[in-house]
Amino acid sequence: MSTIDAPPRVIFESPALLADRSTHYCPGCGHGVVHRLVAEVLGELGLGPKTIAVAPVGCAVFIYDYLELDFIEAPHGRAPAVATGVRRVRPDAFVLTYQGDGDLAAIGTGEIVHAAARGEPITAVFVNNGVYGMTGGQMAPTTLLGQRTTSTPTGRQPALHGYPIPITEMLALLPGVAYAARGSVADAGSIGRTKAYLRRACEVQLARAGFAIVEVISNCPVGWGMTPLESIEHLRTVVAAAYPPGVLVDRLKEAPAARGGGAGRVEAPGERQRATGPAPAEG
Amino acid sequence: MNPRRTLMKGNEAIAEAAIQAGCDAYFGYPITPQAELLEWMARRMPELGRVFVQAESELGAINMALGAAATGARVLVSSSSPGISLMAEAMSYLAGSEVPLVLVNVMRGGPGLGSIGPSQSDYLQAVKGHGHGDYRTPVLAPASVAEAIELVPTAFELAERYRTPVIILADGIIGQAMEPVEERFRAPERAPADWAVGGADGRPPRVVKSLHLRNEDLDAHNRHLQEKFRTIAEREVRWAGEQLDDAELVVVAYGTAARVARTAIHRARGSGLRAGLFRPISLWPFPSHELAEIASRIQGILVVELSMGQLVEDVRLAVEGRVPIAFEGHAGGVVPTPGEVVDALERLAAATVPVPAGGSR
Repeated sequence: MSTIDAPPRVIFESPALLADRSTHYCPGCGHGVVHRLVAEVLGELGLGPKTIAVAPVGCAVFIYDYLELDFIEAPHGRAPAVATGVRRVRPDAFVLTYQGDGDLAAIGTGEIVHAAARGEPITAVFVNNGVYGMTGGQMAPTTLLGQRTTSTPTGRQPALHGYPIPITEMLALLPGVAYAARGSVADAGSIGRTKAYLRRACEVQLARAGFAIVEVISNCPVGWGMTPLESIEHLRTVVAAAYPPGVLVDRLKEAPAARGGGAGRVEAPGERQRATGPAPAEG
Repeated sequence: MNPRRTLMKGNEAIAEAAIQAGCDAYFGYPITPQAELLEWMARRMPELGRVFVQAESELGAINMALGAAATGARVLVSSSSPGISLMAEAMSYLAGSEVPLVLVNVMRGGPGLGSIGPSQSDYLQAVKGHGHGDYRTPVLAPASVAEAIELVPTAFELAERYRTPVIILADGIIGQAMEPVEERFRAPERAPADWAVGGADGRPPRVVKSLHLRNEDLDAHNRHLQEKFRTIAEREVRWAGEQLDDAELVVVAYGTAARVARTAIHRARGSGLRAGLFRPISLWPFPSHELAEIASRIQGILVVELSMGQLVEDVRLAVEGRVPIAFEGHAGGVVPTPGEVVDALERLAAATVPVPAGGSR
């Protein structure tokens, strides 16, 4: 009979910021993975006690039940505006938003674009699963061409429904965006990379370099009419081809003094003329 | 030493009163006739190291305000009618999540894009809750620039005491007119915000939310809100009266309409009509009991509004048919003249006030 001499070591632990309760998410849903990654990253950076997070409307509306953080519930699409208000009055807080694709890229397009344009030091987590899951799987702004949803029963057609919006690529163009990346929950490797993107997006906020966003392409087995395994395969092949994972921009890395200029800094329209521009009329 | 007496524009006076009341953050979007309020804040708030953000829309502004206010900050938002409509959704969230905030509506003519002229046509929107769901919002209506200065700190007090959004309902004339005022500013005490978010450091996490998915939970939450609204209705009624003691006819009006009515009752008295003025200052809670008591000893009521008749509905509810109620109003930026109001009083008198025996009135 053998004895074990090695001291016990922890090989698995639930992140302290992840609440010990089961979620309402459907079996196979990717939200739980993203929640865990957020909890791990915030925990590793010691940010839990100073985080003010903003919850979306949509499947992740109950995120405040799953993460042990202070939360504000935002109206549908308005999380970046709510977070802006928090950011401005709480300069020392860590500010996090969590939104889905309908919330961020349809009803909340104005809010996300302008929070990004202002370069608010906020970390935005954007889960893109291509459907409105909470309301029964309708077409989202990111729904792929040809994809069947409950509001595109014969598939999304450009002539009828327009084209999917690559919103993160659009945001990456803005000088206020210091970091934009797209991760995936398709397999262990991409989950690991997504965690690294999330960590970077937090560091960018801590450096006050500007707005940071991590899109995570995720699966919705129920909304896609697939088994969890089929949905993962679809995510890994079809969805990842349409929304390729990777870092879209990292202006902090490209130019350490990012906000002050440098190689990675995009020149804003009118920036060169700024010193000589017209002054507002007095009176 | 007496406070300094200066000439101030209503929009700027409201802005400065908020600053002096300790407003931490302002969020807005340009719209006539309240733009000077935003511009005043754009200049003054950064000077004081406080927060000013010109948002991308009224949706952006009110939701930024929600975020800031959820941390316990003292927050002001202002707009005018169409912008106020856009804010209705977030106002409902603020009421549901019990977040204090002061919203100024410098009303303009509607419906739709309407006009930029002064109006009181958002009365029902303001006093009946504004957004979706079962809730009320305290509404304070200044009738002068000086009163606006006085009501701003009161609005912050009510907001924080009851954890509710509060509306200051002004019209384009109050916003645009310049009047001499004494700079009697006031900074109310801050109520402890033991509910606000700020990072779960050494305490359990807090959530500022309005979602209660279990029907029984939402029912209980609404009962709690209604209890709060009943308390506000009992304690926070504000109104002013003039020449009511011997009045036979009473004009009910608020804001700019009350200024016109005031001139009119003095003129009417000159021609022998015993007229008085009842001026609600809190539009919700409405001074129903006070008006009903007065109605029981007069002959008739004339409601004057810069709208096609909204306040008149609350007057009817309060008076419960005790006396006849007439209405005089204009919309679209037209302000009733004192002469029109006197004429309306004459007509009301002819229909209601008994002619004394042996003589003409």
